[in-house]
Amino acid sequence: MDYAGSEPGVAGLHVPPLAVPNQRRSDGTPPITSTKIVVSGGFGVGKTTLVASVSEIEPLTTESVMTVMSESTDRLDGLPDKTTTTVAMDFGRVTLESDLVLYLFGTPGQGRFQFMWDDLVRGAVGAIVMVDTRRVEECFPAIDYFERSGLPFVVAINMFDGSPMYEESDLRDALSLRPETPLIECDARNRRSSAEALAQVVVHALRMVGAR
Amino acid sequence: MVADDGGRGSASRSARVRPYALTQGRTAPGHILFVETLVTTLDCEQGEESALDAGRRDMPEVRAIIVLCRGVRSVAEVSALLNLPLGVVRVLISDLAAQGRISVYQTAGDTGRPDRALLERLLGGLRRL
Ligand SMILES: Nc1nc2c(ncn2[C@@H]2O[C@H](COP(=O)(O)OP(=O)(O)OP(=O)(O)O)[C@@H](O)[C@H]2O)c(=O)[nH]1
Ligand SMILES: [Mg+2]
Repeated sequence: MDYAGSEPGVAGLHVPPLAVPNQRRSDGTPPITSTKIVVSGGFGVGKTTLVASVSEIEPLTTESVMTVMSESTDRLDGLPDKTTTTVAMDFGRVTLESDLVLYLFGTPGQGRFQFMWDDLVRGAVGAIVMVDTRRVEECFPAIDYFERSGLPFVVAINMFDGSPMYEESDLRDALSLRPETPLIECDARNRRSSAEALAQVVVHALRMVGAR
Repeated sequence: MVADDGGRGSASRSARVRPYALTQGRTAPGHILFVETLVTTLDCEQGEESALDAGRRDMPEVRAIIVLCRGVRSVAEVSALLNLPLGVVRVLISDLAAQGRISVYQTAGDTGRPDRALLERLLGGLRRL
């Protein structure tokens, strides 16, 4: 498959590299550790907004080429069709200590992007699943996936104007959440609120480390 | 790595490239390269002369990675900033690492999930934002 790439080296060199500590490791490079949290949920639920609220750089977009099996009604043999598409994922970065940097990856919440999640969840601290109460069912694939993979995740209700208000217990029922899965509220446009949602992912991950 | 003369000077290279043509068909990198894995160019090419020599044998994409990673960058940043698919970036960086030209950092999750000490630092950092 082709991709319409622009010339390497011309795009985005203005995005500054990481600020690094003065110490050096044995190969002359500075010590620094990176980690990541995944942000998922349905279309337009506020993933990019949350990433941008916390990130120290404008969110960037990276592409993966994926092979998808699509249920085909055309094929007489009933086998799924194989097609390739390019999936975009956006991400941001926040340096929390001089030698500790957190990456935030926003990824679409549709079930057919699972191949991308397999790659993303490896080594991740955990995930946020964002929910718009006007369209709760859009987050089901992400919740199913993170439950199965054992990745610590929290569900964050993103309040939009005109979103109906529900009791927490009704929401938990509507989402069939396990009792241990945290359900929080978050305004993705607000840096504090977004950082606190991420902090809740870490708190939950700590709980799960304790339970291991 | 095989010399690429098709596009000496990146300006002559076609804007449409099959991604796996850049990696000679290989798709699996030899190092753990998560999207958040940090990499940085190693100062191994002494003097302008040898740096240029090495540069001449490299594909433009590889040269671009070497230049971009003079600072510390994640695999995802390399992909986004150079407009190359993640899979391609992984293979090219893996080759550069095998040649000792790029240093690949360990991430907090290389051995599974980040450990308690790291999670606590992370929590402190997020709460200070
Ligand atoms: N009221 C309200 N609006 C929000 C909130 N978060 C995001 N929005 C708005 O919702 C719209 C969609 O937000 P995005 O961040 O682009 O959503 P997304 O999940 O990245 O969307 P896709 O990547 O297209 O699936 C934007 O106009 C935001 O300004 C929120 O917490 N409250
Ligand atoms: Mg988005």
